[in-house]
Amino acid sequence: MEEKLTLFKNRKRFGIEKNIDIIFKNTALVLSSFVAIILLGIILVVFFQSFESFSRYGLKFLVTSEWNPVKDEYGAFTAIYGTLVTSFLSLLITIPLGVGTAIFITEDFVPKVFREIIGSFVELLAAIPSVVLGLWAIFVMEPFFRAFFVFLHNFFGWIPLFSTEPTGRNSLLAILILVVMLLPIVTSIARDSLNQVPKKLRNAAYGIGASRWKTIFSVILPAALSGIMAGVLLALGRAMGETMAVTMIIGNSNAFSWSLLSPGYTISSMLANQFGEADGSQVSSLFYAAFVLMILSLVVNIFAQWLVKKFSLKY
Amino acid sequence: MSSLYYQKRLSRNIGDKFFTSLSVICALIAILPLIFLVTYILIKGGSQINLDLFSLEPNPPGDDLDAGGINPALIGTLIITTIASIIAIPVGVGGGIYLAEYSKGGAFSRFIRFGVNVLAGVPSIIAGVFIYALIVSTKILFGSMYSGLAGGMALSILMLPTVIKTTDEGLKLVPNELRYASLGVGASMYTTILKVTLPSAFRSIATGVVLGIARAAGETAPLIFTALFSYYYITGFGDLFYEMGSLAVLIYNFALEPYDAQNKLAWAASFILVLSILSVNIFSRILAAFTEKTKRV
Repeated sequence: MEEKLTLFKNRKRFGIEKNIDIIFKNTALVLSSFVAIILLGIILVVFFQSFESFSRYGLKFLVTSEWNPVKDEYGAFTAIYGTLVTSFLSLLITIPLGVGTAIFITEDFVPKVFREIIGSFVELLAAIPSVVLGLWAIFVMEPFFRAFFVFLHNFFGWIPLFSTEPTGRNSLLAILILVVMLLPIVTSIARDSLNQVPKKLRNAAYGIGASRWKTIFSVILPAALSGIMAGVLLALGRAMGETMAVTMIIGNSNAFSWSLLSPGYTISSMLANQFGEADGSQVSSLFYAAFVLMILSLVVNIFAQWLVKKFSLKY
Repeated sequence: MSSLYYQKRLSRNIGDKFFTSLSVICALIAILPLIFLVTYILIKGGSQINLDLFSLEPNPPGDDLDAGGINPALIGTLIITTIASIIAIPVGVGGGIYLAEYSKGGAFSRFIRFGVNVLAGVPSIIAGVFIYALIVSTKILFGSMYSGLAGGMALSILMLPTVIKTTDEGLKLVPNELRYASLGVGASMYTTILKVTLPSAFRSIATGVVLGIARAAGETAPLIFTALFSYYYITGFGDLFYEMGSLAVLIYNFALEPYDAQNKLAWAASFILVLSILSVNIFSRILAAFTEKTKRV
């Protein structure tokens, strides 16, 4: 009996081991809260740095397009407009392309091997750094599309969107390179949500005589809609914040124009271009623009997450 | 009777054919850019590859016919991504451990998971702006402004969400029986995590982390006003506190130069960058497929 008790006594954990356990847990806790600290830090730092410009221009900053370091007058309308137009128009092209590709990958038109190869090709596209896409856009895409832009201008010049003579880099090229960047995001998320639609829904539709595409349009796409929507929103957030490829191809001009064939600006390309050399109140104005960009992408991202939570598939 | 057979001219069958070909066209358009891109980089970049490229400094842009090499940028990319990994991996793995092993789905862990997703969506240039305001403009790092260290910090912000997410998800896939068994034989919590759960999730975590590093190596936006760029060899530890070149920023700077020699150097740098990133991606994909197969057996 006596012997047994000492055995148990010795089996008890040492104080030091208990302490290590507690320290380990708390370290992990602190490390996990770093995410929140960094996130709040980013928001606060960018907000306080933009405070000077914010108090000077208020919301007028968002609707005037003067950007003149000499006269010390700043307004980011051109950049904000450029950000919104390039991201929305590129998304408009990407959605049908990406969803179409996702349908092709998930249906059985061709053997599985080919579909998997195409799927991983599209995903590899996402791994290519955007600066390389920008390089490619400058030296390959721009010459390739030049004749097409002239054609657009000659025949559709009466539409304000194509009203200027195409001269080298422009917003439309930025939209096209954004399509290349967004395609993998939309495709892979759409594919995942299409794959999650249960097989019995498809079989039921086939059973009552629906054709393949009737089934896709009326049963499978609606069932996968929330996932696809979330993917689209994530892509929108990415498009708004995308910097390098856009900066290299958009032409970087602050002169406002409705035309997509003229050089433009986005918030991120403005930051990439001017941040290094800015001083005085220009820095604060750039921080203000960065703050606007951050709020835009935060809203889109949070909305996407909410959508995923709210409408996630319940089968 | 004829209605039992497939009728080509029925509108539903014509419609089906039409949409099928439409989706085939979509898929073709989707893979075209990758094919064009990779061929161009292989041809235009691959033809520039020689030994000098790896050993020389780039010449300052000008009418020089010879642009030199990319040695400082290559080493700079390695150093900056290493710094980013040194910061992001411990923090991320630790945070992931807390989320997966300790948290009980309460408000705090939900908030952190939400924060991880939000941070993953923050534009990469904002990370650069943040580090500029925090470190570059305040000269907080021993009076140095633009530095490789600041660039590494900016990149670590972008890596952090990926590392936390892959750790969290990798650990969640470890069956609970393993934890019960370990705790049951009297192991403490941290022994269980370090000796049992982390090792069994190691491969999936490592794959995710490596992909995150590959992604960070190609990031440019956070570096252009934190690490800036440098034409000179990296010779010693002290160079961490000065401007540092990287492949990504070299591509950006030299693509916009009007001189052909510099443009060629940008293509060569893209070749090296894309080749290494793609091979890491393909390798980890094969590894993941391999593990899946062995698990099923």
